[in-house]
Amino acid sequence: MATTEAEVADLATGAASTATQVEKSQLTRSRVRAAWLFLAPMLILLVMVAGWPLFRTIWFSFTDANLSDLSNAKYIGFENYLAYNDGEWYGVLADGEWWNAVWNTLKFSVISVTLETILGLVVALVLNASFPGRSLVRAAVLIPWAIPTIVSAKMWSWMMHDQFGILNHMLMGIGLISTPLAWTASPDLAMTAVIMVDVWKTTPFMSLLILAALQMLPTDCYEAARVDGIHPVRVFFQVTLPLIKPALMVAVIFRLLDALRIFDLIYVLTSNSKDTMSMSVYARQQLVDFQSVGYGSAASTLLFLTVGLCVVLYMTFGRVRFDGR
Amino acid sequence: MKRLFGWIAFYALVAAIILYSVFPFYYAIVTSLKAGSQLFSVEYFPTTWNWDNYVSVFREQPFAYNLLNSVLVSSAVVALSLFFGVTAAFALGRVQFRGRGLLLMTVLGVSMFPQVAVLSGMFELIRGFGLYNNLLGLVISYMIFTLPFTVWVLTTFMRDLPKELEEAAIMDGANPWEIIVKVFMPLMWPALVTTGLLAFIAAWNEFLFALTFTLTNTQRTVPVAIALISGASQYELPWGNIMAASVIVTLPVVVLVLIFQRRIVSGLTAGAVKG
Amino acid sequence: MKNSKPVGLFVSMLFGAALCGAGAAHAAKISISCGAVGQEYEFCKTGAEAWAKKTGNEVNLVSTPNSATERLALYQQLLAAGAPDIDVFQIDVVWPGILGNHFIDLAPFAKDVVKNHFPAIIQNNTIDGKLVAMPWFTDAGMLYYRKDLLEKYGAKPPQTWQELTETAKKIQDAERKGGNDKMWGFVWQGRAYEGLTCNALEWVASYNGGIVVDKDGKITINNPQAAAALDTAAGWIKTISPEGVLNYTEEEGRGVFQSGNAVFMRNWPYAWPLAQGPESAIKGKVGVSALPKGGADGRSAAALGGWQLAVSKYSKNKELAADLAVYLTSTEEQKRRAIKGAYNPTIESLYKDQEILAAAPFMGELYDTFVNAVARPSTVTGAKYNQVSNEFWNAVYSVLSGKAKAADSLAQLEGSLKRMSRGGKW
Repeated sequence: MATTEAEVADLATGAASTATQVEKSQLTRSRVRAAWLFLAPMLILLVMVAGWPLFRTIWFSFTDANLSDLSNAKYIGFENYLAYNDGEWYGVLADGEWWNAVWNTLKFSVISVTLETILGLVVALVLNASFPGRSLVRAAVLIPWAIPTIVSAKMWSWMMHDQFGILNHMLMGIGLISTPLAWTASPDLAMTAVIMVDVWKTTPFMSLLILAALQMLPTDCYEAARVDGIHPVRVFFQVTLPLIKPALMVAVIFRLLDALRIFDLIYVLTSNSKDTMSMSVYARQQLVDFQSVGYGSAASTLLFLTVGLCVVLYMTFGRVRFDGR
Repeated sequence: MKRLFGWIAFYALVAAIILYSVFPFYYAIVTSLKAGSQLFSVEYFPTTWNWDNYVSVFREQPFAYNLLNSVLVSSAVVALSLFFGVTAAFALGRVQFRGRGLLLMTVLGVSMFPQVAVLSGMFELIRGFGLYNNLLGLVISYMIFTLPFTVWVLTTFMRDLPKELEEAAIMDGANPWEIIVKVFMPLMWPALVTTGLLAFIAAWNEFLFALTFTLTNTQRTVPVAIALISGASQYELPWGNIMAASVIVTLPVVVLVLIFQRRIVSGLTAGAVKG
Repeated sequence: MKNSKPVGLFVSMLFGAALCGAGAAHAAKISISCGAVGQEYEFCKTGAEAWAKKTGNEVNLVSTPNSATERLALYQQLLAAGAPDIDVFQIDVVWPGILGNHFIDLAPFAKDVVKNHFPAIIQNNTIDGKLVAMPWFTDAGMLYYRKDLLEKYGAKPPQTWQELTETAKKIQDAERKGGNDKMWGFVWQGRAYEGLTCNALEWVASYNGGIVVDKDGKITINNPQAAAALDTAAGWIKTISPEGVLNYTEEEGRGVFQSGNAVFMRNWPYAWPLAQGPESAIKGKVGVSALPKGGADGRSAAALGGWQLAVSKYSKNKELAADLAVYLTSTEEQKRRAIKGAYNPTIESLYKDQEILAAAPFMGELYDTFVNAVARPSTVTGAKYNQVSNEFWNAVYSVLSGKAKAADSLAQLEGSLKRMSRGGKW
């Protein structure tokens, strides 16, 4: 957050540069008061809807709660996380399946978010250019995002059916493959299939946010660049990309958050298969299918911590890497 | 010559993007016009024009109600999140105060929890407020995923707006609310419409909360209604009906995009303001 | 307890009157969850409304998701919160152990009719001496085959899995040579989900390999017959079954079979009217038989499926709700549903009913299959059933996908089940 703090400090001094010290501090104080006033409704609402469920989940993660009788939950400390008993390790952290799920999720998130960012940028740049029929293209691009996930996942699983799916039919038609592939069944392909559908589904999210950023850029830099005769590719990397970076970063964070919590797509497409099981699928299996609310809550809390860690890493890493503003 | 080549390449790209985005949807339309065993064969173009699936979607359940519910819930979610989002974004993006970074991270933290883990706590909350089987309950619970997102995106955009504008308004004696409404809002249309659309679609497509927090068919939203479409027997998948329903669900969103797309591309490029 | 019942009724009536004032004259409203939309919903609706008319009450049908896992999750959510919104629940045959705590004992309401139902299902629905659900209709795995292809190549419906493998291979190869290169021998449900547990249980049980956990809670799965059964099944992948079968549920498999691209299919009875439907590519070319035996000394085993009706203990009108459940599972209702919707009755005498046999002939032919269907070990493992089933299908899946040897996989499964059950005590 360092850059933003500096910016705003900059702004505040700028705004008050013509005023006296006394007026400045008064102004700042009234602005801060207004800020809290504006924040209050949002915060109250968030605490209301998120506070209780989050607190409850974290509390349950330290108990032996079971879905069939939640009121009898007993505090058991960290046993759901890790416990040593009769020469064997128990708990989420000692479960190979959990680590398999963590690894699957990370792999999925990195690959799909990277692909979505690149494709989203390309689509946004195309939509940013003006050409006839642009409005229709814009609507068309949003369609994948507009179809409910449970439906699009089923739709793709039908299209990827090894025997009568249209995907194999097309690929065989143009000669890319000679025998039908078992997209969602083969252990090697299942993850690819999930990523493929996810990229298809969420690229519009990225491109729309990037497009908004592109649309809000000041035009004078471009004019200057055009006058100087700089190659468009260089303009993109040296002017556009740094300028849209803050918006891009936020778009990527939210995609990353969603990707790390991916659930319904994998659940519908490949069910509980180990090859694609994500952290959320694991947590849900424990919470709902196995009714172990305590253990599942521990998995959820760990998922929360993992996601948090990824975001913190991403933000530190991201700032160090491209802070060229 | 070079220019012509550029144009061809550009339109090829446009065509590829359209094909990639729309083909599965197109295939859904083709499928929705099929009946019975035809489903199990690959066809690139509709061979029969069988509208039965569309008719039965509306006949077998209160699908019109479900559509209306979805529209109501999503619109309310968008209105609320944009309102809270803009005010919060002003505070977080343009005012310096202690604990701002922490607040932003806390808001983000809310969207780090898996939905399944929040579900049962939320269920108790909704029942506690007496909002079970009530659309208002859905609106409130959807805030958990739309609000962090709108706050963050709007904060980023708000922060990058030129400061001279605000200074001028402060000089004119405008209070913060006036600054938001008169100075920033007009400049933020692309961001507002974009986040609004994304929030709308997110609420429109939400399934798990909608399934758990509503009970009667007339209170349910469209994704749940689609999930409830079943065949004659337990295992049979009424594919034609599901596809027909999906096509119907997607259309309002497309219309919405067409209506609002002018606003996605306006803002600074259209205005004379420069940073 | 019996003596106090009228008193209780009286008290609850007083209470009801006190609560809603003049409401005593009002009829109660019972909410029942069954089916979603479509035919299943229609049948439930007509049945429930007939009851409402007869007793002067009201019924309210609540649609729940078609997918069994989603339905279970929703039920668990409602029941864990003690919500009185649904009075009568339609539950899967493996759920009594999982949800049993939340349901009332139906035995007092159905004591005259319990003996008419299949004993195996009644036993399945009895948890700790409590009859938590009334059987409504039953399901069992069966073998579908292409009559025309079998005749063409002079083959008989297979008696053992070995015969099935050979016949499937022979016909598949011949048909592919004849031009249909999409032809496969056998399709079934191989996705990592409950359906695979049913399929695998049928193989194992047909080789006399037990049912994973026996009725005393002993873990029996690690035996050579079970390993042989799984090895046989693993041998089908890519030879007579496509690799994609590892992600097939019922409908994907039916798609392949019904478009004429498979010789055999393992599926539930629901596929019968569809395969014989007017638009089916294989109309009139389909035969059904019991599933093959595991070798000469094996037996034919079909997994028991089907649905029950249970009454929530959080219901505000338990007695009426129980009355509705008993009414819907009665002989007359089951007969109506069997004739009009081909739902398999759970009442033995109905399998000799001429009207039913005329409407759905396979019910007579496969009577033994339905009576002797093998229940999944859901009663003995209780709330842990889903976990057991999950471990089982994962173990089977890794054998089928070639990642593990059957013997190793089963030994490992035994270990994890032992740990889960604390040495078979569950």
